[in-house]
Amino acid sequence: MEESDSSAVSRALAGDRDAFRTLVERHSRALFRLAYRMTGNEQDAEDVVQVAFLRAWRDLRNYESRSSFGTWLHRIAANYSLDLIRQKKSRDRGRMVNHREDGDILDRVAASAPGQERLVFSGRVRETVEAALQTLTAQERTAFVLRHFEGLSIHEIGASLGTGTNATKHSVFRAVQKLRQALEPMMSGAR
Amino acid sequence: MKHLNADQLALHYYGEAAQGAAEHLADCADCREEYRRMQAALEAVSELDAPERGADYGAEVWTRLRLEERSKVKRRWMGWRTLVWVPAMAAIAIAAFLAGRYWPRPDAGGAMAKAGAVRERVLMVAVGDHLDRSQVVLAELTHAPSDGGHVDISSERRTAEDLLDDNRLYRQTARTAGDGALASVLDDLERVLVEIANGPSDISARHLEELQRRIEAEGLLFKVRVVGSQVRQRERPAARHL
Repeated sequence: MEESDSSAVSRALAGDRDAFRTLVERHSRALFRLAYRMTGNEQDAEDVVQVAFLRAWRDLRNYESRSSFGTWLHRIAANYSLDLIRQKKSRDRGRMVNHREDGDILDRVAASAPGQERLVFSGRVRETVEAALQTLTAQERTAFVLRHFEGLSIHEIGASLGTGTNATKHSVFRAVQKLRQALEPMMSGAR
Repeated sequence: MKHLNADQLALHYYGEAAQGAAEHLADCADCREEYRRMQAALEAVSELDAPERGADYGAEVWTRLRLEERSKVKRRWMGWRTLVWVPAMAAIAIAAFLAGRYWPRPDAGGAMAKAGAVRERVLMVAVGDHLDRSQVVLAELTHAPSDGGHVDISSERRTAEDLLDDNRLYRQTARTAGDGALASVLDDLERVLVEIANGPSDISARHLEELQRRIEAEGLLFKVRVVGSQVRQRERPAARHL
């Protein structure tokens, strides 16, 4: 029978590295998916996975079994992703200023999108979704991914990111609004 | 009747709406239409898949974590001894590789092929390990937070110092062996390692950002990853001859 996460955590806390290995092997793929959705980039996602596990190992003593190990790990990854996206956005800001303002990519993709059903779930939609996600702020993207893909409640996200319920709620709302603006022209064209 | 606004519709979609939203939607065609449009957009977002990782991905992550941990422990406990032993081991691997490659042997066939495979593997394991450690340093620097003040990169600087001598040896060996792609990446890597190793341990946010821009502009982290993964691939067929 497969060992539970809580039992593996207890053994890891007692210094058993194989127990931590079990946790790494069990959670890596899900963590990568989360990290990819957060960062939108494979290389960054790989770094997030690595850093999240290193921090989890370092801080294992602070883990409280009130939440599952997976949730705790995802919270570490989400916080690190948030820092990473902020850094990249601030670094890119100077470079991108002549190329676009928020929405420009969306406008271009949406404006050139032919409206046919066959395109709805094709690469073009994917391209638009990716472009739309890029226009979200770090906070909006993180909150949205945790709500939409990870199924965390707004309250849980606020607690995980230390942003509070109201701010988190507004981040999710803004994200949904931007995504709708980008995608609805394609969706209505596809009908 | 007051219609539901966009925020209330989003809350309803995520199952967090206040009481009464569902009842209103059941009664109001305009809100239902608005909700349907939002739902279609959000369902398209759900189609965004992450690239798939194989079943052995967890084991790969574990290997990288062990290398990272090992390099930290090494830095902590070996100190100056690293400076002697790591280049020495690298030199042995390279010498074994070159000797096998250029030294004619009286025996031929299977034994020679086997010896060649062993040498190839020794070198590939050493280079793979080197590239993994380099990758960790580059990733740490690329993602180091720069909050406007000074940043302590003493740990990365020490590792860069450790890696530099090995890098020179591997680069020369790759060049001699005619492996231009590997030599070129090691060449790019060396320039950055030199800059880190010879720079201060405490750098300004601006200096860090310049370094990050350079690593990014050259695509160095990506190149090291790709070549590292190719080297790991080359370890495997060689290992099958053992």
